[in-house]
Amino acid sequence: MIPDLLDYDFMRRALIAAFLTGLTAPAIGTYLVQRRLALLGDGLGHVALTGVALGLLTGIAPLITAVVVATIGALVIELLRAYGRTSGDVALAMLFYGGIAGGVLLTNLAGDSAATLQAYLFGSITTVSNTDLWIVGILGAIVLALAIGLSPQLFAVCQDEEHARVSGVPVRLYGILLAVLAAVTITVAMRTVGLLLVSALMVVPVATAQQVTRSFRTTFFTAMVIGLFAALSGVVTSYEINTQTGPTIVMVALVAFALTTPLGGVIRSRRHRRLAHQLDSE
Amino acid sequence: MTPVVAVNGVTINLGGRPVVKQVDLTVDVGEFVAVLGTNGSGKSTLVRACIGLVPIDAGSIELFGTPLAKFKSWHRLGYLPQRSNATSGVPATVYEVVMSGRLARRRFFGGRNQADLEAVIEAVERVGLTDRLRDSVTELSGGQQQRVLIARALAAQAELLIMDEPTAGVDHANQESLAELLGGLVREGTSVLLVEHELGPLQPLIDRAVVLRAGEVVYSGSVDGVATHEHAHMHPHTGQPTKPGSLSGEGIWR
Repeated sequence: MIPDLLDYDFMRRALIAAFLTGLTAPAIGTYLVQRRLALLGDGLGHVALTGVALGLLTGIAPLITAVVVATIGALVIELLRAYGRTSGDVALAMLFYGGIAGGVLLTNLAGDSAATLQAYLFGSITTVSNTDLWIVGILGAIVLALAIGLSPQLFAVCQDEEHARVSGVPVRLYGILLAVLAAVTITVAMRTVGLLLVSALMVVPVATAQQVTRSFRTTFFTAMVIGLFAALSGVVTSYEINTQTGPTIVMVALVAFALTTPLGGVIRSRRHRRLAHQLDSE
Repeated sequence: MTPVVAVNGVTINLGGRPVVKQVDLTVDVGEFVAVLGTNGSGKSTLVRACIGLVPIDAGSIELFGTPLAKFKSWHRLGYLPQRSNATSGVPATVYEVVMSGRLARRRFFGGRNQADLEAVIEAVERVGLTDRLRDSVTELSGGQQQRVLIARALAAQAELLIMDEPTAGVDHANQESLAELLGGLVREGTSVLLVEHELGPLQPLIDRAVVLRAGEVVYSGSVDGVATHEHAHMHPHTGQPTKPGSLSGEGIWR
């Protein structure tokens, strides 16, 4: 069955894109969840939609306009968080509505109906072009290299911002970097899971990993493995049962979460018993 | 010798209201200085300003003889924030949190080295949590989480420790262990700037106490003098405090 799939060029491209999405989204997602900014990905996904529409309007590749607009959105939200009087969640809400409204408006102006945006909102395996794959590959590699290479700094900033600042870490710069990495990741994931569902692939694998892990490091890498599994099996399943890739991937991720939850309960209660035993014997 | 902390005529306004007014404060090398006061006296704000977490409106602050704006040698100080939550949205082990205390000493893009590892293990040992090294911080009690954050400050192996209410939420036995630990560090030459609400077992260690009230220094001198100074929230011990003599930096944590 799978060898058959690989006979198709579009499936090979879709699987490579899913591979990169499955790894990058949970990697950045782990930091966002740690920083309690789980919904940032969602807000930036909405902003990226305006970018896609700008691409449709101008004839530039939507992937490029999306990454540019989402990055600008990321900068704006970090600056609002840092300097503005607006609280983080209100700033996010502005991004949600502005992004969707801008996206649909510009698409209409381009002479298309909002239905054109479907493939961008929920992902589509047949639309990944060779150019897309190159862009996704390069951006995905940069995101992974920074997410892993700068992990001591990013961990410290997301764990305790003030302590990180007193350790000499340029906290504001890392906040901006993280938001920009999230924006780039969203664009990487756009073709596979789609802009409306990308945040799920950033958050759900992390929540799933947390059921069984105790350290940041294992959470980070376990989430990446879960994300990879969800993205690849989601793409294959969506081909088999003829559904859109985004919802299929997210459903696989949610099922994995649901199946892991009881296991997490068992592990936690065992750990508690062990600790209680240790205390008794002291 | 240049003082490790030199605060001159500092005024801080928060939300248009003066919280700290024209305050001078120095910590000399090897000195243990406690800033005391009730809630809202500005003690925490003052100390947070010393490390650049709160902007000042007038005056000057120097760390190790360098104006704060130009200060880059963050590895020279260890910081314990006020009763902050040690947990975040993702689990992290005691090891991971304490290792982040080494950040100022680590190279950009560089991995941890043997010195980092040894410093972390030693710091965790000093707060008596060696057997919890690989446990998630969320599984620890409030007092144990506070000890994790103390270990993170110690892991920096700093010349100056700045601690904002280190005994908050820590039981009496562990407060005594903390006193023993800090006493050892001070004898090794570490300077300490401490913010406290109540001194408890730390009292004998203190070289100089500075009492703030409504943002102004109302007392500066020996800790014994604070007792005669009327203060609603201070409960200094009346007995003659004995300086611990034969203690090392190792705390005995219970």
